[in-house]
Amino acid sequence: MHFDSPEAVSAALKSAQYLPDARISQVVFLADRLSKPVLVEGPAGVGKTELAKTMAIVTGRDLIRLQCYEGLDEAKALYEWNYKKQLLRIQSDVDHDWDTISHDIFSEEFLLTRPLLAAIRSPDPVVLLIDEVDRVEIETEALLLEILSDFQVSIPELGTMVAATQPLVFLTSNNTRELSEALKRRCLFLHIDYPDPEREEEILAARVPGLAEHLASQVAKVARSIRGLDLKKAPSISETIDWARTLLALSIEQVDEEVLGDTLHVLLKYQTDIEKAAKELTSSGR
Amino acid sequence: MLPVITGFVDELRRSGVPVSMVEAIDAMKAVEAIDLSERVALRETLRATLVKNLRHERAFDTAFDVYFSTVPALAEEDADSLDQAQPGGEVSDPESGAQAPAFDLEALVDSLLEALEGLDAEALRRGARDAVDNLAGMEPGRPVGGTYYLYRTLRRLDMDDLEEQLTEALLADNDLTEFERRLLEEEIETRLEMLRREIEEEIRRRLVADRGRDAVARTLRRPLAEDVDLMHATRAELAEMEAAIGPLTRKLAARLARRRKRRTGRLDFRRTVRRSLATGGVPVDPQFRYPRPHRPEVWLLCDISGSMATFSRFTLQFTHAMSTHFSRLRTFAFVDTVDEVTEFFGPGVDFGSAVDRITTEAEVVWLDGHSDYGNSLETFYSRYGRQMTSRTTVIITGDARNNYRPARDSALSEVARAARAVIWLNPEPHAYWDTGDSAMSHYARHCTSVHEVRTLRQLEEFVENLTLPSARPLQNA
Ligand SMILES: Nc1ncnc2c1ncn2[C@@H]1O[C@H](COP(=O)(O)OP(=O)(O)OP(=O)(O)O)[C@@H](O)[C@H]1O
Ligand SMILES: [Mg+2]
Repeated sequence: MHFDSPEAVSAALKSAQYLPDARISQVVFLADRLSKPVLVEGPAGVGKTELAKTMAIVTGRDLIRLQCYEGLDEAKALYEWNYKKQLLRIQSDVDHDWDTISHDIFSEEFLLTRPLLAAIRSPDPVVLLIDEVDRVEIETEALLLEILSDFQVSIPELGTMVAATQPLVFLTSNNTRELSEALKRRCLFLHIDYPDPEREEEILAARVPGLAEHLASQVAKVARSIRGLDLKKAPSISETIDWARTLLALSIEQVDEEVLGDTLHVLLKYQTDIEKAAKELTSSGR
Repeated sequence: MLPVITGFVDELRRSGVPVSMVEAIDAMKAVEAIDLSERVALRETLRATLVKNLRHERAFDTAFDVYFSTVPALAEEDADSLDQAQPGGEVSDPESGAQAPAFDLEALVDSLLEALEGLDAEALRRGARDAVDNLAGMEPGRPVGGTYYLYRTLRRLDMDDLEEQLTEALLADNDLTEFERRLLEEEIETRLEMLRREIEEEIRRRLVADRGRDAVARTLRRPLAEDVDLMHATRAELAEMEAAIGPLTRKLAARLARRRKRRTGRLDFRRTVRRSLATGGVPVDPQFRYPRPHRPEVWLLCDISGSMATFSRFTLQFTHAMSTHFSRLRTFAFVDTVDEVTEFFGPGVDFGSAVDRITTEAEVVWLDGHSDYGNSLETFYSRYGRQMTSRTTVIITGDARNNYRPARDSALSEVARAARAVIWLNPEPHAYWDTGDSAMSHYARHCTSVHEVRTLRQLEEFVENLTLPSARPLQNA
């Protein structure tokens, strides 16, 4: 089943408490239509991972997640032979000749399936999330490239496996490293930035039940204001959500200087940032 | 539809955005899957398929505005008419002739205020069109840029007055605290910016109709962030470049560490056999030996004199970002003498305060505050030379403009002898080296390599191609 329009994507995401903007729903719509992977880039905590997770929910598909890290290799990303089991099999079998045994030990039973292979072999379409792809080395990127271009792998001992169904693929990146041009060419590119206050207000309304509209609007505006400062770490969406929850728990109805001073540490993680924001916000701009 | 997309792709390429053949074809295919009357859908579809780097989005937006300026107006018409925006086309709606009602500025301001207050995008667009019709005084064929008409319109609208009135309208109660006032000011600023953008777009639309896409696109082309001259970058341009610095330093760190990574390590036979004893001699758990990464030691020596102001801000930013990747990074700043500033960049220090401390606390001026490379290098070597090892890479950034003082380059040859490598990055065009008071070639002969780094692109190329003489191995590790 495909989505009819970007609006349909948007409505589906919203029904699962994810508030997309026009760009997000347009790109997801295209990804679904054209069966192309999406490379989602943006600062921490703007909803990159959450987008893939929510797409799995709204399409009713399984989410297969490959979490990337430095040193991730083929054996952990694609497949690996279970050599311990193979060795034990060889050890315990003295009656058969080598041909039989080797045929035997390179069979399904001894194959350890890792996320990429799992996504290809799944009989039902899945959402494949390759999270934080900028963390892997360039060599591993080449491996991803191979798979993303035709959704198939060849395992020398077993032959080529072609994806039975088309997975919806999301790759996320914090852009700590420039990804290869080849990989980018394969993907639709989606940069997600911090939301504008109107969308952030909607996110808060969805994620923090019971939050008064007026307070949500204040929280969103404060977040925009703080993100405009030159800080070490700007508040992410999850941090504004936390902040709103804190305000709600403290039964605060109105954000003022005092509340700000008492609760800024929920929004900001570094002491220098907290001091800077407190100073800036409590003096009129310009 | 095809030709206009092709034209658009060409324009992107002319502004420096790399668009491959495959991507152009992808864009065409994607466009077939969408509703062409939706401007946002078209824009985001082209963006997602054609632009894969955040730094190129500004160029994309400008080109899009020019090439698809007529899209919303054509909503109900055949999309093919997109190709017809050629010089001499109809500028505004046909009715705006003799029968047009007399223009009423006050009424326009009122309706704009209402639109801004209620955040009514449609009304805002109508107001902007009205404003351009009556206030911009656009004359077909007149060779002035859009900015001229924009300012004329804004001045006649009296933006200050508009701001005041909008503030009054949005002011819920009168005694706001400083904090509330700030939030309100920011809100008003955002809304006025929306109006400004609408007017700008409207003007652009008419310029395109008057002169044709290609001509307008040409006047609007700006260098991409990676091609802006670092010595003369504006603040906004610097900010744009800064975003690229993080990924770049990470790559540099990897290059310097030169970890020759193989897919897997070599089998460590001894350890494998030892382990197998536990499983009755069956090597169930093979052990591998991985090549160990170098621990590079980098010393940065930056000219922070006045002639280098913009560039040194950039290099210091680079340094700041590097300090997260190198445990052994030392930084030195110099004007006519040198001082170590490593501690100003400690972990978690904010960049602004590091720069403040360098300018106030570092002792980099000894005599008169004009660059003196000779003295700086001599002081550098005599003070820190003994701490250099065969693993130290020294990177010097500066224009080598020595104010006609003697080069005194022998200290640099000592540095080169002691260190693993000396790399010089010069932000001036190669053609200017050795002209006037530049002593570049005196220093260059002692360096492992010298690079012109005037732009972010050149810095990226330098990092990309960097190979260093390998450090003398200490022991066989
Ligand atoms: N559009 C949105 N609608 C609703 N909630 C959102 C949205 N975007 C982000 N969030 C909230 O923010 C949280 C953080 O998002 P997420 O973990 O996806 O960030 P990320 O971009 O993957 O960050 P990182 O780069 O740190 O991995 C989510 O768990 C969700 O609660
Ligand atoms: Mg994430």
